[in-house]
Amino acid sequence: MSPFLSSLWSSVGKKAMMGLTGLLMIGFLVEHLIGNLLLVFAEPATFNRYAHALTSMGGVLIVAEWILIIILAAHVVSAISVSLGKMRARPEGYKKKASAGPPSRKSVSSMTMIYTGIVLFIFLILHLNTFKYGPNYTTEVDGVVMRDLYKLVYEVFAQPGYTVGYVVIMTLLGFHLRHGFWSAFQSLGLNHPNYYKTLNTLGIFVALLLAFGFIGIPIWIYLSS
Amino acid sequence: MDRISLTLKVWRQKGPSEPGRLVSYELKDISTHMSFLEMLDVLNEQLIHKGEEPVEFDNDCREGICGMCSLVINGLPHGPQKSTATCQLHMRKFRDGETITIEPFRAKGFPIIKDLVVDRSAFDRIIQAGGYVSMNAGGAPDANNIPIAKEIADEAMDAAACIGCGACVAACPNASASLFTAAKISQLALLPQGHPERKRRARAMVAQMDAEGFGDCSNHAECEAVCPKNISILHIARMKREYLRTIFTA
Ligand code: HEM
Ligand code: SF4
Ligand code: FES
Repeated sequence: MSPFLSSLWSSVGKKAMMGLTGLLMIGFLVEHLIGNLLLVFAEPATFNRYAHALTSMGGVLIVAEWILIIILAAHVVSAISVSLGKMRARPEGYKKKASAGPPSRKSVSSMTMIYTGIVLFIFLILHLNTFKYGPNYTTEVDGVVMRDLYKLVYEVFAQPGYTVGYVVIMTLLGFHLRHGFWSAFQSLGLNHPNYYKTLNTLGIFVALLLAFGFIGIPIWIYLSS
Repeated sequence: MDRISLTLKVWRQKGPSEPGRLVSYELKDISTHMSFLEMLDVLNEQLIHKGEEPVEFDNDCREGICGMCSLVINGLPHGPQKSTATCQLHMRKFRDGETITIEPFRAKGFPIIKDLVVDRSAFDRIIQAGGYVSMNAGGAPDANNIPIAKEIADEAMDAAACIGCGACVAACPNASASLFTAAKISQLALLPQGHPERKRRARAMVAQMDAEGFGDCSNHAECEAVCPKNISILHIARMKREYLRTIFTA
C-alpha cells in the first residue's frame, strides 16, 4: 500500500474518513430536507419543477450521484472495519461491566452506531426503490411533460405502513447523528476546549432538526390525505 | 461502620493460555480504612495460610504515581472512585455485605499473564516508537529561558500526568489505546522541545498502537471517565491533528 493509502487506513485515517463522509452526508440531508419542504409548503407544480430541474441536469447529476455513492461507500467500509476491529481487540469480554458516567459520552447513540447505520443503509435502498425507481406518473407543468413525483409521494404516505416506517427510521437517523455529529469533529481533530460544548449542543440540534424534519413531512402528508 | 464483610469474586487464571474463571472468597472483618490493595493482601495472607495459591495482582508505588496497579472492580477500571487509581481506593467506598467482582484489564493488546496481571508492554513499545525527544536536552533549563504560554504549559502538564496504567484501554468498548497514545503525543507536541520530531513521532506511535491490536476510537470517552489522571479526550483530538497533518503536508 502507498504511504497515503496506509495512512488513510490507519486508526486515525479511517475515523477521519468516516467523520468527513458523515458530515458530507449531513450536508446532503440538509439540502434534501429543504427540497422536500416544497412538498408541504408549495404547490405540486413547484415541487415537480424542482425535481425535474434536478433530474434534467444530466451529466452533472450523474457525477453528483457517483460522488454520493463513493462517500457512502467510504463511510460504510470504514464503519464495518471499525466494528469488526473492536471485536478482535477484546476477544474475551468482562463478566461484569459498568458504565463510568460523565465525562463519558457513551450512550445508546454511541453504542448503536453500526446498527442504526445498517438500518439506514437498507432504508436507503428501499427509499430509492420507492421513489427514484418507483412508478412513473407524468404531469404537465407550463407545457412541459415531467414526472409527477408529488403524486407518488402523496400516494406512498397515504399508507399508514410507510408513514410509520419512515417515522421509526428517521428516529434512528436522529440517534445516529446525536453521536455522529460531534464525533465527526473529534475524529477530524477539530475538537477543542473552546468548541467542545458548542459542538455537542449543535449535534443535538442537527439530530433533532433532521429527524423531526424528515418525520414531519410524511406525517403531514398522511394527515392531509 | 469500621469493619465490613465482603464476598469477592476474583478472576483466577493459572497462565496465559489456561482457561480462567471467577472464584468466590468470603472476607470478614475488613477495616474500611484499608486500601483496596491492602484488602487483597489480607485475602492473600489467608490463602497462603490455607496452603492455596495467592491471587496475583500488579502494584508498586501504592501512591497513585507509577501506573502499575490495575483491576476492573465491579465493571470499572480502578473501581468506583473517580480520578483515583486502584491503589488509592479505600474500602470505605464499599458497603458491608457487598459482593465485589475483580477482573483483569481485558484487551488483545494486554494479554493475561496470570490471575489479575496483564502484560502492558504494548505501551512500552508505543513509547519506544516515538514517545521521546532524541536530542540531548541537557540538564533542566532555567525557568522562563524558553517562554511558553501558561495555558500551553498547563495543557502539556495535564497530558504528562498520564501514568500509563492502561485503564483507558480496559474501559474502552473498542479496547482502543487512543487516550494513552494521545497523552504521550500531546505532551511533546505542545512543547518546543517536541516540535522537530512531531511528524515522525505521530506517525510512528499511531502505527505502533495499531500494530499492537488495539481497537479504533469511536469517541465514547469512557477512557476519560475512568482515567485516574483525568486525561481529556481533547488530547485525542490533538493526536488526530498531529497525525492528519503528516498526511496532508510534506
Ligand atoms: C448507510 C449506512 C451507514 C452506516 C453503516 C453507518 C455507520 C456508522 C458507524 C458504525 C459509525 C460510528 C463509527 C465509530 O465507531 O466511530 C458512524 C459514524 C457516523 N455516521 Fe454513519 N453510517 C451510515 C450512514 C450515515 C448517514 C446517512 C449519515 C449522515 C447523514 C452518517 C453520519 C455519520 C457521522 C457524522 C458519523 C461520525 C463519524 C465519526 O465519529 O468520525 N452515517 N456511521
Ligand atoms: S490516559 Fe489515563 S487511563 Fe490511560 S494510561 Fe494514561 S493515566 Fe492510565
Ligand atoms: S500502585 Fe502505583 S499507581 Fe497504583
